Amino acid sequence: MKDTQAQPIVEIEDLRVTFPQAEGSVRAVRGVSLALHPGESLGVVGESGSGKSVSWMAVMRLLRAPPAEVEAGRLRLAGIEVMQARREELTELRGRAAAMIFQDPMTAFDPVFTIGHQIIETIRAHRATSKRAARAEALDLLERVEIRNAEAILDSYPHQLSGGMLQRAMIAMALSCRPQVLIADEPTTALDVTVQAQILQLIKDLQDEMGMGLVMITHDLGVVAETVDRVVVMYGGKVMEEAPVVELFEDPRHPYTRALMVSIPGQEGGRRRLTEIPGASPDPSDPPEGCPFHPRCTQADAQCAAEEPPMAVLGPGRRAACWRLT
Amino acid sequence: MSGPDRIPPGAVPALELRGLGKRFHLRSGGILRRRVTELRAVADVDLVLPRGGILGLVGESGSGKSTTGLMALRLLEPSEGQILIEGTDVTALGHAALKPWRRRVQVVFQDSYSALDPMFTLAQVVAEPLRIHGIGDGASRHRAALDWLERVGLHRSYGSRYAHELSGGQRQRVAIARALILEPAVLIADEPTSALDVSVKAQIINLLQDLQAEMDLSILFISHDLSVVRSLCDRVAVMFSGRIVEEAPTEAIFTSARHPYTRALLDAIPVLDPRQRRRRTFRDRAEIARDVPVLRRGEVTGPVPEGAGPRLMPIGPDHRVAAVLEGEAA
Repeated sequence: MKDTQAQPIVEIEDLRVTFPQAEGSVRAVRGVSLALHPGESLGVVGESGSGKSVSWMAVMRLLRAPPAEVEAGRLRLAGIEVMQARREELTELRGRAAAMIFQDPMTAFDPVFTIGHQIIETIRAHRATSKRAARAEALDLLERVEIRNAEAILDSYPHQLSGGMLQRAMIAMALSCRPQVLIADEPTTALDVTVQAQILQLIKDLQDEMGMGLVMITHDLGVVAETVDRVVVMYGGKVMEEAPVVELFEDPRHPYTRALMVSIPGQEGGRRRLTEIPGASPDPSDPPEGCPFHPRCTQADAQCAAEEPPMAVLGPGRRAACWRLT
Repeated sequence: MSGPDRIPPGAVPALELRGLGKRFHLRSGGILRRRVTELRAVADVDLVLPRGGILGLVGESGSGKSTTGLMALRLLEPSEGQILIEGTDVTALGHAALKPWRRRVQVVFQDSYSALDPMFTLAQVVAEPLRIHGIGDGASRHRAALDWLERVGLHRSYGSRYAHELSGGQRQRVAIARALILEPAVLIADEPTSALDVSVKAQIINLLQDLQAEMDLSILFISHDLSVVRSLCDRVAVMFSGRIVEEAPTEAIFTSARHPYTRALLDAIPVLDPRQRRRRTFRDRAEIARDVPVLRRGEVTGPVPEGAGPRLMPIGPDHRVAAVLEGEAA
């Protein structure tokens, strides 16, 4: 599926996002660089405040500026210069170039219109087609996301659907413009466990069928283990490590990635204490000097506290930012 | 009725639920054509939480697990069945008679933000249960609150801070301190780690384990997350559509689950090894509900409960599953 020879479909270079506040700016993203190739799936893993969602909101130009201040050496999506994009390019960008789905599908739909109305409107906003043809297409999309009684769901209002059903409908709406990249921001976090697994499988299947690029933004390493080819681990607004998914799980190199992996509960049987990461995530309005993880890192020394570690290339598709790499 | 202080310690369970059930009446239609439908949110729940045990109550939204927890706290009146705290039936106790028992069962919820009064300092928040129960004076309560903040891993100086200044993990620590300051016998923890970041989740699980051991506390841990339950609980009860469908020691659930719903929950846990990735297939709830396990008589290791239809049958050491016998109608 993936085509690494071709031009990347998403290019992010030195992205910085700041939200100025009365007392100190919130520096949500502090110099993120990464790329996504056509058809490739990328996991973006991080905890709250890591900057994982804000980075991709910036790619979609979904951050209101002001207050957000977005700077980047380069920010390109499907050949469009995101920062300079004008109105018609933005319509192209959001929909055909990329579509984004969110944790809470309830907020993605307008409560006063039916699901069908909203999907049909989305289709017609991007393509000149008749209402009748758009309705047929909406029906087809709902069936594609494995909604059984699609005809009835088309005429339902958002509040009449369960969380899992609504998430499927949101995916259908996102796919209605046949995007080249699907950006999924914690798409299963609010769902029941058995429904989570179903939605992840559905997203994977659709990615394969449609040859889309996939960006899976999540706090859950289990989700990336199940769904993506390549992983970027973020912390404190920066990329800590990047690796092909198998290598990340078999040989994590950054101390943060390692700490995260061993802290996951339930890996072994028997009631036991877990290996916890002491402390809390950095305050984005007052990030620590040096490496953002150093206050919690068991291997940190004076250098880690004073100087920001450079991103070191460790092999094909592998990089990490740490002074203590062995 | 005797108060909680006069109960001798012994083999009496910290908390016992017997045949607990909850019906809600849903009204629809207008005044003239009113229709009332009955929803059985919880039915026939029998649970024993031994002293010093951590029992996981697992299920998805709508399974009745939180409703069961609220009934055990007497925050919601059961429609049927009994609640026993340290051997005493508290199901029918009135407000005044219940008060000393309320001290014995405390709770921590998923969303501690809404449970912590934003106008109170954290010392006041933690000391409040002592004030409500008329224990000590202002100065001793304040001291106890600071001691407890320290005990849950927060510096004493947090006593003069407010809830909005804290991270999610810190707020959950405060909620735990407030729940435990009365030294209850039972802590009911309803999804206390579900809203937390991964790196903080392990901290709170460890804190609960440490406090359990120090205080000989009994914990009813309500969760949808089997991975957390595996690291924390010694027993697990699985709820599906308002009923317990399987109950066993934690590792028996992971190695020899018998009920199709327990298996569906286990199958849904993401595998942390990308090499083992596989295409998954799923069964819907209705299909799982129809697939009642059928036991041969020889598989049942204890007395077969009376009645018809699926009922909890013993199938191993401390292991029960909702099933029917061969030849019976499901």
